[in-house]
Amino acid sequence: MNDTTTSKNTVGNSTNPPPAIQARNINQYYGVPGSATAVTALQDVSINAEKGELLCLIGPSGCGKSTLLNIMGGLAQPKSGELLINGTPISGPKPDDIAFVFQESPLFPWSTVLENIKVGLEFRGVPKTERADRAWKALEDVGLKPFAHHYPSQISGGMKQRAQLARALSLETDIILMDEPFGALDEQTRMVLGEDLSVMLAEAHKTIVFVTHSLVEAVFLADRVAIMTSLPGQIKEIVEIDEPHPRKPDFITSPKFNELRNHLYTMLHDEIRKAVERENAVTDTRGKR
Amino acid sequence: MTSPLKIRLFQTAFFGSILALWFGVTETGYVSPIFLPKLTVVAKKFFILVKSGEWISPLSITLYEVACAYSLAIVTGIFVGFLVSRTRFATRVFEPLFSSLFAIPLIIFYPLAMLFFGLGVGSKIALGAVVAFFPIVLNTISGFGTVAPIYQRAAQSMGASGFMLVRRVLLPGAFPVILTGLRIGFIVCFLSIIGGETLGSLDGLGHQIVFNAESMNTSGMFAWIIFIVLIALGLNIAVQRLEKRGEHYK
Repeated sequence: MNDTTTSKNTVGNSTNPPPAIQARNINQYYGVPGSATAVTALQDVSINAEKGELLCLIGPSGCGKSTLLNIMGGLAQPKSGELLINGTPISGPKPDDIAFVFQESPLFPWSTVLENIKVGLEFRGVPKTERADRAWKALEDVGLKPFAHHYPSQISGGMKQRAQLARALSLETDIILMDEPFGALDEQTRMVLGEDLSVMLAEAHKTIVFVTHSLVEAVFLADRVAIMTSLPGQIKEIVEIDEPHPRKPDFITSPKFNELRNHLYTMLHDEIRKAVERENAVTDTRGKR
Repeated sequence: MTSPLKIRLFQTAFFGSILALWFGVTETGYVSPIFLPKLTVVAKKFFILVKSGEWISPLSITLYEVACAYSLAIVTGIFVGFLVSRTRFATRVFEPLFSSLFAIPLIIFYPLAMLFFGLGVGSKIALGAVVAFFPIVLNTISGFGTVAPIYQRAAQSMGASGFMLVRRVLLPGAFPVILTGLRIGFIVCFLSIIGGETLGSLDGLGHQIVFNAESMNTSGMFAWIIFIVLIALGLNIAVQRLEKRGEHYK
């Protein structure tokens, strides 16, 4: 599963394997171009996620972060542009290479936590005899073993996200795409989950693309942070976070952390203003009708 | 204050006072036994009926009709409902159509059913199946329509095939709503079949009531009524038990 794609080698040479994800000149819009309701979600976006790195996408609400993530995972098709996974173009979900973690819990409420993970493995095509072992191992990795037989409605939001992460890990893909996975959680739970994620990722060597609103989360977790502009969504700047994983809690209190966070804040501030003003303008015209 | 015990107590008292009123007005001769027979006589007739085994044949006829009609309604209702729910266009065409048909008292078509299928079990099965079809198809459409898109997206991202998507995501997701349709469908199926039997039939529980009424055997008729009420209660409890099983699905 791991290295079938490197030999295809559509870009780069044999010493440099292709990036895990390559988005090239992605354009995405909704509605009829030129009409009043047309929205350009992404304009000429090109970005790579290198193998084993954690890339964060950050930007104002509605800047197309999630759209870009869905395109990267083959859940949405761009209007134009090209997407390559390990150097091979894709045109649909790639469950062998890519797992998703969503903001909203996608755990099936009619199944227990354990069954939820096993059904994911069934979708993936894992033989029945292996499913239980892999599911239990994934639950252990996220510390949810005692809750294996609980239903999603019986566990907290933080635990649901752990369970979802366990489901993604159990699929053993090289790439995990996370769409604001901790977005619906309180600050303290986010912090703990973020630290745990950093530890897990340091061991797993997976390629992660992580969409977030939180500057702290971005700096704490990412190897690189891509700042996106408000509509049309474009990559404004990419900031390197040069700090080894797993990151310690005292990284957050270091001057380096603050500096990076402040830089992101400055970069984002104007974009957020623009986004809010545009939203207000939209509500105004709606009000006049 | 509203302990389950207290609620049960009041329900029993309510039921008991109706029986007491019945007992009172008939024993004193206040109401003619032609209209309302004595409670004691009805009770005696009921026990004779139960003991004699006379009920076995009509009950099995009625249950056979209900079983046939209900299974027909389930299969067609869920199948048609699933197909309709697949596109927004079909949903918008058929959902209002089925809703308005469901609002029509379908018993008005019963004479037509008798014309087509005769006085035997056929006409009752047709009536019961048509009546039960509507709540089942309507709930199936709304059930499949309300499965959260995130579950489907997640399943697709994990590589679920079309068949797995239906079996593992759409069916269980729609199940609680479909179950409600199945319960309503069962009730209207049973009601309309008993109703059909009283309108024109050769056998069955409803037939016994009309037969006794027409022979001026009011106490016999009441014995049958009590029998049917008990059967209906039993079936309703069974259906509720089944619905409870689906609670985790929500």
